Parts: sequence; C-alpha cells; structure tokens
Amino acid sequence: MSGEAKKAPYRVPIGPNHPALKEPVMFTFEMEGEVVKDVDFAPGQAHRGIEWMGMRRNPVQIVHLTDRICGICGVVHSLSFSLAVEQIAGIEVPERADYIRAIVHEFERIQSHLLWAGVAAHELGFDSLLHLTWRVREEAMDVIENLTGNRVNYGIVQVGGVRRDIVPEQHPVIEKCLATYEGLLDTLLSFFLDDRTIQMRCRDVGVLSRRDALELCTVGPTARASGVNVDLRQDYPYAAYGDLDVKAILPERHLGETHGDVYDRIVVRLLEVGQSCQIIRQCLSEMPAGPVTAEEKLVKLLATCKKATGEGIGRVEAPRGECLHYVRMEGKDSPASWKVKASSYSNLMSWIPMLRGSQIADIPIIVASIDPCLSCTDRVAIVQDNRRSILSKDDLHRLSVEKTRRLQG
Amino acid sequence: MKEGTLTPEEVMAHLASRLSQGIRDTSIRRWDQGKKRVPHYTLWVELDRDFLKPAIQALMEIQFPHLSVIAGADLGDAIRLLYIFSIQYGSPKSEYMVTFAIPLPKSDPTVPTISDLIPGAVFSEREKQEFFGIRVTGIPDNRRLFLPEDFPDGVFPWRKDGTGVQEGMVKDLWKSKRPENRPAPPVEGKRPGTAAGEGTPAAAPAEGLTRGVEK
Repeated sequence: MSGEAKKAPYRVPIGPNHPALKEPVMFTFEMEGEVVKDVDFAPGQAHRGIEWMGMRRNPVQIVHLTDRICGICGVVHSLSFSLAVEQIAGIEVPERADYIRAIVHEFERIQSHLLWAGVAAHELGFDSLLHLTWRVREEAMDVIENLTGNRVNYGIVQVGGVRRDIVPEQHPVIEKCLATYEGLLDTLLSFFLDDRTIQMRCRDVGVLSRRDALELCTVGPTARASGVNVDLRQDYPYAAYGDLDVKAILPERHLGETHGDVYDRIVVRLLEVGQSCQIIRQCLSEMPAGPVTAEEKLVKLLATCKKATGEGIGRVEAPRGECLHYVRMEGKDSPASWKVKASSYSNLMSWIPMLRGSQIADIPIIVASIDPCLSCTDRVAIVQDNRRSILSKDDLHRLSVEKTRRLQG
Repeated sequence: MKEGTLTPEEVMAHLASRLSQGIRDTSIRRWDQGKKRVPHYTLWVELDRDFLKPAIQALMEIQFPHLSVIAGADLGDAIRLLYIFSIQYGSPKSEYMVTFAIPLPKSDPTVPTISDLIPGAVFSEREKQEFFGIRVTGIPDNRRLFLPEDFPDGVFPWRKDGTGVQEGMVKDLWKSKRPENRPAPPVEGKRPGTAAGEGTPAAAPAEGLTRGVEK
C-alpha cells in the first residue's frame, strides 16, 4: 500500500446491501475522521426490468405487475398506471371508484408513515417506540386486508375502477381503526417531538435547503419538510381529491419555522397520519352510490385498451412523494412504451447534500429520513492501511445507539 | 409575467411567444375526476431539440419547474424523448403538467444536457443514456446508473431494434423445472401402514386428515 492511501480522506463503501433502504444501493463515502466529506451512490442493484416486462404484456396483466413494484406502496403504482391508461383509452372511472381509490390510498399512507416512524426510532436506539408504532401499524394493515383481501400487493385497482366495493358492514371496522389512530396521535407526536434525545439526534441533522430540494427535483414529505409547498392531492388532484380540499402539511404551518432537517421530516409524516384519518372519514361520508368499475368484463376492457392510441401520464402522491407513470399505446395489446417513476427515484439525489458534513453515526438516520423502508445494512467495509475490517449492520446500528447514549450523558 | 396562476392557454401562449419557430405541435388535454369533475391538465409540446433549453428557461419565468422524469419511446427510426415537468405547484388545483417531446434520429441521437438548469436531471439523463443509447452532451456524470457493470456494451434494453435485449439474455423462469439432483427433503416419507392416531401427529397431518374422512 502506498503512503498516499493512508492519508485522509478515507473511502468508506457502504453497500450494496445497505443501511437504510429496502432497495440495495452502493454508497461510497469520503471520510475525514468521523465527518463525511463527500458521498457517491450507485443504485440499480435491484433493477428487475419491470418496464421491459410490461412492454410485452397487456394492461390488465401490467396492473398486477405494478402491484408488485413496491412492497409498501401497493396501490400507488397500479393507480397511476391505471390513470394513464384510462386517459389514453378514454375510460371514465365511476365516482364511487374514485372514492374507494382514495380511501385505500390513505390507509396505505398511514401504514407506510408508521412503518417509517418505527424504523426511524429504531435507528436512534429508541426501540420501545419502534414496538409501539409497529404494533399500532397492524390496525391499518388489518383494515387494508379487510378492504382489499390482502395485506400487501392489494390488487384493488383495475383499469376503469376498483375490483371490490366497500360495503356498509365495513364502515365500523374503518371507523374503529381511525378512532384508535386519532386517540393515539397526540401521544405519538409527543413521544417523537418532545423527546430531548430525538431532538438532539434529529434537529439540524441531514439538512436539505429549499433551493436544493427544488433543484434536485425532490418530492413528497422530503420536499415538504424543506419548505416546498408540493402535494399532488392539493395541486393536481386526482381520484376523489378534487372534492376534498387537501392542504399540504408544511413544518412552517405547524412549528412556525422550517429547518429542512430529519426532525421536520418526522413532523410532516406524523401529521400526515392525522390528515389521512380526516380524509378517509370525509370520503366515507361523501362517497356516492353507484358502480365501482367502468367495465366489469376483462375481455371487453382489454378490447377497449387494444384500440387505444396515444400517450398518457398518471401521477399520484405516494407516501414518499410523487409517483408517475408514462404510457404510450399504439393500438396493440401491450403498450409501446412505459416508464415508471417511483417517488424515491426523485429523492435519492437529495442524499448528497444531506450527508455531506454529517457524522458516520448519523448516516443511518439520514439515509432513512427520505424513505420509510429501512431494512438491511448488511455490512460496511472500512479499508485502511491495507487492512479490511467489516462493520456489520449491528455495528453500524450500535454506533448510532452509542451516539444517542453519549448525548444523553 | 402575470401575477397569480395562469390558465393552460396562457402557459401555452407564453411558451409560443418565447420559441416561435421551435414548436412543431401543441395540445392541451383535460381529464376530469371525482364528483366535482375537477379538471386535470396536461400540456404537450413537440419541440426541436435546439429549443429544449430555451423552452425550459421559458418555464422558469413562470416558476422553477419540477422535473418529474425524462421518459422515452422507440419510434423505429427515432427516439422520442419526453421531458415531463410540472409548474404552478403550491397553488391548489392549478398545477399543470408540461411535457416537451423531442424526436432524436437514431443516426444522431444526441441531446444537450439540462443539468446546468436543473441539477437533479442528471439522474434521469444517465438512465436514458443506458436504456435508449442516446448521448447527452455535456452531462457532468457519464457513468451508468441502473445497469450492472458487466452489462454488455451496445445493448439498450428499451430499444425495439437490433440493439435491444437479445434472445439469450432473458431467463424464462416458467420454463425451468424443479431441479434434479437435490438432496432428499428432511422429512419422513409416507408410511401407508400406519393408522390415524399413531406416530407423531405433526409429521403427517395431511395423511391423518384424509384417513379421518374415510372413517
């Protein structure tokens, strides 16, 4: 090893199976001591070629494929794909289906945000809070199962509507779940926001300025926490949201100031859980009667899609931000082109300004802060003086917990 | 610029005033949803590639546009690139999607980078380079994005000509059968002689069940 390599900055690779995402990403950190000087990342370790597969299938098959793009967001991809195809083929969705789509969509947001909150608590070493949030998340999962028949990969959206109605007997089930969350929200908020340790670990950590958020095309809670007023349910209402007057949750409106840090991202997500409860309640009371799908017979539906030519964009507000599907149909069975833009696609670039200048122990919480799915830091390899020591996920997690304990004194 | 929110027609007129010759075709599409039938506008602008950056600058005069993604389609002799933007976010129900569609002939599939205007665009530009085989001139980061390092050169997965994904590159999992020469499963085989209450119940629950039915 040459003498040059011993000098700072050290290059620290993290990944490809990595700290805080369900999708593996390869990170390379330039470290100077504990401080991150620069970051680079290489996604694509889990690229499955779904668009390629879709260009060889018909729209009804693709809807089920879109259900499987993400394990958390089971409805956003099928919804935005359906919106795109409906616009191309001119299929008018019944109003009742618009409302059912919105209800399932909001339950998905609740469970996704709670999942994320638990993971964030775990990264900070606050495991009792992890257990609390994940226990209460089950209520939303149970309701989703009741409404759609599935806990994940809901299979509820179909081109032209939804596949299941919500019957009056299900209203009490939904109501009970909403009451639980509304009763619990203040407790959760005070656990997360008034806790001194969480404040120390999250305030002014992983800051993303409003300008960076705009320039890096950031979406969803990550953008809102940096003070960008974007929420497709407010700006570009689809399904039933045009009737509901949703307002974007911004830290400034609730705390009076915007830091654009991890703490603000917690605030935005937790408050959105309460907002989702209100939206579901409003949808249930205002839901019109009628059919839930424009065309029940799939053969007829496919025939309509086959005749369609043109281009369409479906765009919805996923729990993590804007999810967009571009579809081009040329009068054949399968679309001529299909592009899926998931919300994290737009948010990954924001890691770079967030991580620059942060400490190694803050990497897990910062990486987690843009995305709710935090599963597998497999290993971190530190290469130094020609010796290679492997930090496991447990070691990295331990570093983070130790920092919490140090700050607590 | 007029204060407040613009109508889709005003946005289109603004674009037309800034790039008179560059626009080949425009359309404004409307889609209504919900009980109140709230409209949902998509603005489509067909452009020559030289006018891409002026078009984005014209959008910037209205508001810093949000770039959702750069999509694309293989049209045979050309690649159609679609720069999908949205403007007027932040004002309720008045956001529009603005899509700039640019044809790139396959003989010269180059397009200037827009990452100097919108730094976040480099992500999508890198993806289009590897999946459509276009060249983004002046791109600050020329590496691959999603495709693995050992992916063959000259293969562009979303192309529909000879440079697309080749026959041998796709594994048809449905064709695969249960692998042979696997070790035997660590459970005992069926013993036809045993009666229903005998032996461990966990070992053969299915067998016990059918036997119970027979009785």
